[in-house]
Amino acid sequence: MQLIPPLLTRPLNAVPLVVIERVCRLMFRRIGLAHPGLFERLGEHKAKRFAFLPTDVPLAFIVEPASDTIFVWRKTTDVIADAVTEAPLFMLLALMEGRCDADALFFSRDLSVTGDMEAMLAMRNALDASSIDLSKDLARLAGPFAPMAGRVIGEIRNRALDRALAGETASWN
Amino acid sequence: MELICPAGTPAAFHEAVDAGADAVYCGFRDETNARNFPGLNFSREELKEAIAYAKKKGCETFVALNTFMRAGAEEIWYQGAADAVACGADALILADFGLMAHVAEKYPDQRLHVSVQASASNPDAINFLVDTFNAKRVVLPRTLTIADIARIGKSIRCEMEVFVFGGLCVMAEGRCSLSSYATGKSPNMNGVCSPASHVRYRKDGRDLVSELGAFTINRFPEGEAAGYPTLCKGRFDIADSNGYAFEDPVSLDVMGELEALKAAGVSALKIEGRQRGKAYVAEVVKVMKAAVNSPPDRRGALLSRLRSMSEGQKTTSGAYEKRWR
Ligand code: SF4
Repeated sequence: MQLIPPLLTRPLNAVPLVVIERVCRLMFRRIGLAHPGLFERLGEHKAKRFAFLPTDVPLAFIVEPASDTIFVWRKTTDVIADAVTEAPLFMLLALMEGRCDADALFFSRDLSVTGDMEAMLAMRNALDASSIDLSKDLARLAGPFAPMAGRVIGEIRNRALDRALAGETASWN
Repeated sequence: MELICPAGTPAAFHEAVDAGADAVYCGFRDETNARNFPGLNFSREELKEAIAYAKKKGCETFVALNTFMRAGAEEIWYQGAADAVACGADALILADFGLMAHVAEKYPDQRLHVSVQASASNPDAINFLVDTFNAKRVVLPRTLTIADIARIGKSIRCEMEVFVFGGLCVMAEGRCSLSSYATGKSPNMNGVCSPASHVRYRKDGRDLVSELGAFTINRFPEGEAAGYPTLCKGRFDIADSNGYAFEDPVSLDVMGELEALKAAGVSALKIEGRQRGKAYVAEVVKVMKAAVNSPPDRRGALLSRLRSMSEGQKTTSGAYEKRWR
């Protein structure tokens, strides 16, 4: 399923990976600071590598809870991870915030999981148990403009999610 | 009728309470409960906080200790019971007679409910548990028709709770050995049916193939709604046909029979789904609460919203309306 048209994601191919990764790490660190116990529920699975592959973005995100790090790869490279989840980007973000039910997305075939199911289930439950709110958590990066940034992020997220759950393909032009 | 709602995490617990649950059921993060999934369930501290939150909002908390004790390791279950009582649980949901005896003896004032896992499905069995362990409520197995429930209701001396929505366990509960057969682990002893450690999904061309242990459970062509990798919902080659031997990937929904269940003497309606996310819990509890409070002719429209969130995106009334086929 493609919720973001390729026209919008194509420019990502021109941005150096190191820049994308740095931005993602900044956001990842911010979320970690706001939710220090985030990966506690993973237990023995904390040492594993979790890949998140947005079906509509040419990038792969690999999370290593043990080292509190996120890596970004281009999808042209084979991803090495213990468990892999694939879904449209906004659904992955919604899962992270617990706004969507992973089982429901699996039943509707919008989400697929391969690899170590136990590890991915633990990750799903850890994220669901947290109270991540991207609009609040990431807005803090905007310093004095945090309230405005929060509103903008929240608005984009809500609209995209409504479309995603209504089964629409976004037409952003 | 009371609405009994599931919670696998404190976040889901809060959602259930806020959405109008009359009681929330949950369990500890170990093999003492039948939803012993990785990353799910409550620590002692989390349970204590959750119960306090529920009490403030006038909602009850039932703690499920509903697996069967392992010989020689009873202390794990005894400790679970002691901690649940100390945390202020309004009821313990138990399946093992040994654990029921222990709780009845040690905590005589603690309200005790008979878990569906005990498979108490006739008046003699239920009244034995009422008389022997002072059980106040029985959760009936999903193998009975509404007429059966009405007959049982007339001759038992405790309340009846029935599953009305969510995942469908189609066998005599607490007695199913399919998961044990395929993986060595079962919901009855280990708290997991078809444990994730033995599940594998793979793509075969455009098909999604699900495997449990050494068995292929299903193959879903592109576009077909998927289901859980449980053997009872597997699609198999049997003689000349290929199909679902026991049950399709489908969820339970008997909310259309609410009036009949009320007339049968049911006092509590249970929603399955401790393994589901907080978004599911919030939505289902909200809709179910509205449905319970709505006139019968408006319930269908309300509940149709939930179908897309159900296993196989289909619902059935299961054995409650059993017909010969
Ligand atoms: S295999 Fe099916 S019937 Fe048996 S315990 Fe699992 S869900 Fe229930």
